[in-house]
Amino acid sequence: MAQFEVTLAGFGGQGIMTAGQLLAYTGIEEKKQVVWLPSYGPEMRGGTAYCTVVISDTRIGSPIINNPTAACVFNRPSFDKFSPRVKPGGLLLVNSSLIDVTTDRTDITELLIPANKIALDAGNARVANIVILGAFIGASKIVSYEKTVEVIRSKLGRKKEMLDINLNVLEKGFKLALDIMKKAGKKEKA
Amino acid sequence: MPKILMKGNEAIAEAALRAGATNYFCYPITPQTEVAEYLARRMPEVGGVFLQAESEVAVGNILFGAAATGKRVFTSSSSPGISLMQEAISYIAGAQLPCVIVNIMRGGPGLGGILPAQSDYFQAVKGGGHGDYRLLVLAPSSIQEAVDLTMLSFYLADKYRNPVMVIGDGMIGQMMEPVEFPENYKEPPLPPKDWACTGAKDREPHIIKSLFLDPIALEENSLILHRKYEQMKTEEVRCELYKTSPKNKILIVSYGTMARICQTAIDELEAEGISVGLFRPISLFPYPEKELYTEVVRKNIEKVLVIEMSIGQMVEDVERIVKGARPIQFFGRTGGVVPSPEEAKEQIKLLLKKETIAKPRKKKKA
Repeated sequence: MAQFEVTLAGFGGQGIMTAGQLLAYTGIEEKKQVVWLPSYGPEMRGGTAYCTVVISDTRIGSPIINNPTAACVFNRPSFDKFSPRVKPGGLLLVNSSLIDVTTDRTDITELLIPANKIALDAGNARVANIVILGAFIGASKIVSYEKTVEVIRSKLGRKKEMLDINLNVLEKGFKLALDIMKKAGKKEKA
Repeated sequence: MPKILMKGNEAIAEAALRAGATNYFCYPITPQTEVAEYLARRMPEVGGVFLQAESEVAVGNILFGAAATGKRVFTSSSSPGISLMQEAISYIAGAQLPCVIVNIMRGGPGLGGILPAQSDYFQAVKGGGHGDYRLLVLAPSSIQEAVDLTMLSFYLADKYRNPVMVIGDGMIGQMMEPVEFPENYKEPPLPPKDWACTGAKDREPHIIKSLFLDPIALEENSLILHRKYEQMKTEEVRCELYKTSPKNKILIVSYGTMARICQTAIDELEAEGISVGLFRPISLFPYPEKELYTEVVRKNIEKVLVIEMSIGQMVEDVERIVKGARPIQFFGRTGGVVPSPEEAKEQIKLLLKKETIAKPRKKKKA
């Protein structure tokens, strides 16, 4: 890996910024260079809030990434805005609980993750961001699952009950992505 | 100390505390309000003063008054707020007081927008207020550098008894990157602040002023300032070179976050077999004049490309320094539009395609 960029996008309150920060923290723990850049521009209500995380083995140049290696989209406006921008060969993680469309692109790998459903089933709809984070790590392997668990323990560990839910859905997202990637790999070979 | 992930604004605030700042005055404005938010919490912890004033005009004047006590004082704001402080900044410079001003620039003119820009270069470097004065201006391009330069700026302000400005665009304020704060931070020794107004009990009062009605006295004050700026030019010049090589035909000149975007363009072009170098001034005043000139007049350099997040401000300094030795091209976006690495690459490629005008080929005699 030279450099990997991921844009996380959704509406305010979906934990987009937090998920991106957790990823950035994990990157640091793995001794990588990281940049986390939020969108802070004026956005329409119900529009998109997004952040981009760059993880690299070497010094990071531009913090502005127009075409990321991966995008995690949490709502429909984010899907519309970012799915066309993913680099060919990249990843698109779609929160299929809230987005009922799929991409027409054949040059990227799309993962449909019912993040809100998984979060609700685990006991708290607000952890949908951690489901996607887990799925992203499973699909990209950009940071290790173990390190991510460590970071979540230290950053979100204040309430034991919430921590358990967070770690539970992280694993669910992670495993789901592994399964999807496995199947996608088989399809390619066939 | 391990590296921690910090937002630029918070890192700047923490850096100021660690450099011994005990007084911070502010008025909130996007995209730098987190400096104030952070210090509202932290200043009381270190026994310092956090004060939100009624306007930036007030902030500037409180800064002036507090600087006169010899304490380390600073403020932060963004473009329109910095404009409101200009009168006080001129007074502070005229009265030879140290202070630090952080400008996290946004698009202008007027109220402008809230997105990143570099269109306050003239204001920062050429003197936004009236009179023969200068600010020492430092422009970080990463959060770590923002920390290092903020800490340094308090030392430099004391060294020269002059305001120091740290300028970054909105990205420097909003971005998070790993930072490390120096352990056992030490500065070179500074002269005692025997000018400070600390209460005149048992001594003659110290008088701090910028009013000199006698023209000879006022000229003398300006000459004192001038000598300080000349000293800065020999002692405080800072710059960085990136992938400059004798075979390069083009030299890019860019500062702050824009320089990083150019670095990405340079790396990508390198992968395509095109070698381009970057000159990044870190001190914008004093400008690294000799250093730039040396790079520009290298044998193979045919053109200089200045890239800014403005409609063209630093390019005027580059023109002044290069003095026609090489043709200079400019590319910039403004108003909060940030040029992408792709745009920078396109500009470089365009420039490479064009016939050089710098060194016309000698015609072979028939």
